[in-house]
Amino acid sequence: MIDRAAWLDAVDRSLARLKHMPGGLLPVLHAIQEEVGYVPPESVPTIAEALNLSRAEVHGVISFYHDFRSEPAGRHVVHVCRAESCQALGAEALLAHACERLGVDVHGTTADGAVTLEPIYCLGNCALSPAVMVDRHLYGRMSSQRLDVMLDGLQGSR
Amino acid sequence: MTRVYVPRDAGALSVGAEGVARGIATEAVLRGLPVDLVRNGSRGLYWLEPFVEVETAGGRVAYGPVTEADVAGLFQAGFLEGRSHPLLLGRPEDLPYLARQERLTFARVGIIDPVSVDAYEALGGYRGLRRALEMAPAAIVEAVTQSGLRGRGGAAFPTGIKWKTVLNTAADQKYVVCNADEGDSGTFSDRMVMEGDPLVLVEGMTISGIAVGANRGYIYLRSEYPHALRVLNEAIAAAYRRGFLGPSVLGSSHAFDLEVRVGAGAYICGEETAMLESLEGKRGMVRFKPPLPAIAGLFGKPTVINNVISFASVPIILDRGAEFYRDYGMGRSRGTLPIQLAGNIKHGGLVEKAFGVTLRELLYDYGGGSLSGRPIRAVQVGGPLGAFIPESQFDLPLDYEAFAAKGAMVGHGGIVAFDDTVDMAVMARYAMEFCAIESCGKCTPCRIGSTRGVEVMDRVIAARASRNPAEADASITLLKDLCETMLAGSLCALGGMAPFPVLSAIQHFPEDFGLPAVELAAAAG
Repeated sequence: MIDRAAWLDAVDRSLARLKHMPGGLLPVLHAIQEEVGYVPPESVPTIAEALNLSRAEVHGVISFYHDFRSEPAGRHVVHVCRAESCQALGAEALLAHACERLGVDVHGTTADGAVTLEPIYCLGNCALSPAVMVDRHLYGRMSSQRLDVMLDGLQGSR
Repeated sequence: MTRVYVPRDAGALSVGAEGVARGIATEAVLRGLPVDLVRNGSRGLYWLEPFVEVETAGGRVAYGPVTEADVAGLFQAGFLEGRSHPLLLGRPEDLPYLARQERLTFARVGIIDPVSVDAYEALGGYRGLRRALEMAPAAIVEAVTQSGLRGRGGAAFPTGIKWKTVLNTAADQKYVVCNADEGDSGTFSDRMVMEGDPLVLVEGMTISGIAVGANRGYIYLRSEYPHALRVLNEAIAAAYRRGFLGPSVLGSSHAFDLEVRVGAGAYICGEETAMLESLEGKRGMVRFKPPLPAIAGLFGKPTVINNVISFASVPIILDRGAEFYRDYGMGRSRGTLPIQLAGNIKHGGLVEKAFGVTLRELLYDYGGGSLSGRPIRAVQVGGPLGAFIPESQFDLPLDYEAFAAKGAMVGHGGIVAFDDTVDMAVMARYAMEFCAIESCGKCTPCRIGSTRGVEVMDRVIAARASRNPAEADASITLLKDLCETMLAGSLCALGGMAPFPVLSAIQHFPEDFGLPAVELAAAAG
């Protein structure tokens, strides 16, 4: 968990840089999440004031979009695609395998804080299904064996 | 100095292209062989990725699929001179998959360095913009109208008509917005263009701005495409440096500024009015229409909204003329469509063809049948809201009207193949579940209907498991009724079309829903 002073600084910098952008709330939230790892709920009033919005509007946007988090994720986020193309090549079994292997449900984070598992609906790699994204790295033709090797690596890393 | 191409396309990277590129660079240094490594887009033959090409005296020669472990062996075999190796594929343009395509929009994808303005111009880039700068705005709009180009995002609305509305609406500010929220499963042509030839999109949007009198453009890109974001930003910066964007486009009186905005993981933001809300920094809630975005769009101003492929098809129309483009295709579907073969398919990838090609040709002549080797039982065309099509209809030509006549849609041109292990009841349930997850919540039929749809499908699946046809029949009747409400009462295409995969699955694959084929076909009407 990042301490309050650190995220306050990130919020201030993001706002200073982006608050004059027309319709800039999404860029601001992306910038904060990029630095802090999530959008701290305590930062909502600051964001709202800087952009001349109500707190409800800011909270409403954070809660609407799948990408934005209100609490920290694990050190790595593993997205398993479960859209139709990947389902045609076993994505549901792959996701079930990942849940079992990590001991979490979807959206869950492992006990060691290493991995958060998320479903995702299309990574645009449909000619090489099933697809998985680990942090910002895309993998195609994923198998449960290869996924195990990758997860071992992620859980071993600090 | 030998030029070697290793794609930076996300799909190629997903199967190890980065390691191959690094390996080639390292091995070249070790052997003292000067190599000019170009990171191109993908040719779209994904089963052969990483697809490495070498520029030889006799033209480009391809090898693939190359792994990092193959690199030393390739050098040993003399691949820099195009010599023989087990992975040698020959000249890429001679590969049947590519040789039988009609690549207009994708003319440069996989061929050039995507962020080099020089490479872009060397292969015909920016000729369309130069032509447009000599034309009156209304003449540009007329050329696009005459080409017969229809919105490639899926709705197939005539692009020229939309532009004309914006041109004829007086305002102090207008916008051009590219919908790059390519969320349909089985589609990746937008991503390939943005990663392989982003300047064709930049050029198409610039032409649009000049045509309608807009000096500001936005590309709304989905956050699932981080690789495309990098390439787009590099290409836009290059276009600015060379004067193709900015206060005076190529020294003309036209200004055009362009910026990429990243979405945040909401399928609904592919719906144009939800996208506008998102661009304005709000929840991606669908707007009522009218007013049309062409009259009151982004920040309430007249706005052209087109898909990536629509904009990317404009430069060649201006360059070669409306007739050239219109001469491809059939009926009212003019030009070419970049088709994407996905799912359980042996040769998945990008096939750009004139309208009129049949599903069967695409699935077997190009796709090579299923990846699993089992029979293809069903395909879903046009994304998660598209109908499932059985083998008996594989002779259907790709044509907006022919598909609509069968209750199906071409959409964005994605085709997802399923083999005979697919459970169509599970797919029908998923269609409802997806709608429930992604509904913006504004209208009741979509928000509540999709959740009830999942529950009813659970009952159907349970009735099937317990061999209770009466219960399955009753649930199907209820489901059909629910679908009717969603079809007629939803505000946008998400709730309004989510019933298509469900109803088509029941119609064509009744045996998967727990009732004898005949009874169920009657129940499904």
